[in-house]
Amino acid sequence: MEIIKTVNLQKTYAESAVPVRAVNDISVSFDAGEFTAIVGPSGCGKTTLLNLIGGLDNPTSGEVIIDGMNLYSLKPKEITDFRLKNIGFVFQAYNLIPVLSAKENVEFIMNLQGVPKKERDERVEKLLEQVGLKDQMNRRPGELSGGQQQRIAVARALAANPKFVLADEPTANLDSASTNNLLDIMLKLNETENTTFIFATHDSRVMKKARRLIELDDGKVIADKTN
Amino acid sequence: MNTLFKLARRNIWRNKRRTLLTMSSIFLAAFIALFTRSMQFGTYDLMIENTVRLSTGYIQIHDKGYWENKSINNTFEDSPQLEKELSSYKEITQVIPRLESFALASSGKHTKGTIVIATNPATEDSVSKLSEKIIFGSYLTNDDGIIVAEKLAKFLELTVGDTLVLLGQGYHGVTAAAQYPVKGIFHFPIPQLNNQLIYMNLSEGQNFYAAPNRLTSLSIMLKDESQLDDVLEKLKSELDPKKFEVMRWEEMNKELVQAIQSDNAGGVIMLGILYIIIGFGVFGTVMMMTIERRKEFAVMIAVGMRKSQLALMTAIESVLIGVISIIIGILAAYPILYYLYLHPIPLSGDIAEAMTVFGVEPILPFSIDPSLFLNQGITVFIIMIIAIIYPISIIFRLNILKAMRG
Repeated sequence: MEIIKTVNLQKTYAESAVPVRAVNDISVSFDAGEFTAIVGPSGCGKTTLLNLIGGLDNPTSGEVIIDGMNLYSLKPKEITDFRLKNIGFVFQAYNLIPVLSAKENVEFIMNLQGVPKKERDERVEKLLEQVGLKDQMNRRPGELSGGQQQRIAVARALAANPKFVLADEPTANLDSASTNNLLDIMLKLNETENTTFIFATHDSRVMKKARRLIELDDGKVIADKTN
Repeated sequence: MNTLFKLARRNIWRNKRRTLLTMSSIFLAAFIALFTRSMQFGTYDLMIENTVRLSTGYIQIHDKGYWENKSINNTFEDSPQLEKELSSYKEITQVIPRLESFALASSGKHTKGTIVIATNPATEDSVSKLSEKIIFGSYLTNDDGIIVAEKLAKFLELTVGDTLVLLGQGYHGVTAAAQYPVKGIFHFPIPQLNNQLIYMNLSEGQNFYAAPNRLTSLSIMLKDESQLDDVLEKLKSELDPKKFEVMRWEEMNKELVQAIQSDNAGGVIMLGILYIIIGFGVFGTVMMMTIERRKEFAVMIAVGMRKSQLALMTAIESVLIGVISIIIGILAAYPILYYLYLHPIPLSGDIAEAMTVFGVEPILPFSIDPSLFLNQGITVFIIMIIAIIYPISIIFRLNILKAMRG
């Protein structure tokens, strides 16, 4: 079932002397339960495409349709609320809130959503168990390794049962062991909970695990392969 | 809200040294402000208390138009009904009936214009402690003796036991003339009046001015100054406005009020400067706390936190810093101020001498009026609110992607 569709999506950065077309007329769709990697060389437009799908940037033209609704027809405040309820994010630099413990970081989005405490506790415990960090739940990000922090970030992204998770270079700062461990966790979550993952990456280890590869160059889709 | 509060509470301790420095500056400002304002207000209270006790009382009732035209013809009848009505107020502690007018005093070769106050000796003394100001002879009794202010007695070359001739205009143009034995000489703390005042008992005064049972004023003392507005309103509504005017001490002592206002304005300006300096310190801290977390804020917005929630969290952080500092400031200052309120600082030297001459106790009094503490709390709160306006505007203008790139 298709959950995301981009239609003639374009993003041009006009700040520099020569305007840069980071995303150039991309029309692509994603089904529920996909485990997809957007790949390509640096500057090819992977992150820009991911940001546009996630409602973090404004397209120059074109549409991002999620569950039949044009995301950019919403007001900025409504887009923020939409992200809160529908999209999970995993960033390259983990970006956990340093003053909150691992448990509180995972709980954070559910708190914003107003989920009752009992439900929050159950969900957090389950997610931390799935990412293998239940015993570290009271530690703050500064007390965790990079791999552990990224696993917490994945748990945070999934906490509110999003429609899909956007992960921008999630393994860029991790060693091989941590990368494999993280990818295994995400694959397992994809298989068991049918969570849709879309990565922007140039990490070959992620590409190997991905079931679909969308290759970009100069802001255009040059290949779309299913493994 | 709980999440925002928890985040704010933890965020302020992320850089303990910086937060403690900011809190210390607010604490110090609050402490200095409380100390200086307490001293100022304590001094004002003493000045007001002195003036009220020595002259006007907190409230005066006059015949309508008396204050504008202080004539013996503008008097009212001292009716038992009025006295009964006033005695029913539990806020009123004393009511001093006075008949006050002018007379020419003559002794030997000397003649001088004087102010004659006819009053109830016992009630007058219970309020103004006039008997304690007698320097020669004795205080008023219910006989026909008078007491004369020190400088006036000196000018007229009077001593206790001498006779003073008074000549004036009585009620409705009647000539008032009589001679009185001088029972005592007193020192009045206000120099101008120390040159003019003569006290006699009320019935003598009424006889002298041919104004039997008539008064120029009823001076009213209260248990507590805070009751003034209530009592004034009640009196105004109960007394016939066509016959009586009811005035508060501020209306009758405009010079004192102006002196206090001008001194107070000086104090407020000094504190304003202090708080502006502190305000910039607070602003710097809040700005740094905001700017160094732009990336973190961008991530929080990206995952679904509204900018308004983020702004609220920043505001809570700022208010928390202010509230904690002002509470510590008040807790530190209150015991000291309370001690000084109970044990004012005694003054010595020239200042003490000058104050004694003016009839003011030579002390540096302190006030512990709750408004003093409340005002400092409100001031710090306002500073914190002003200090976060710009940082909050940064949050609302935050570009998520730019901020995330750092």
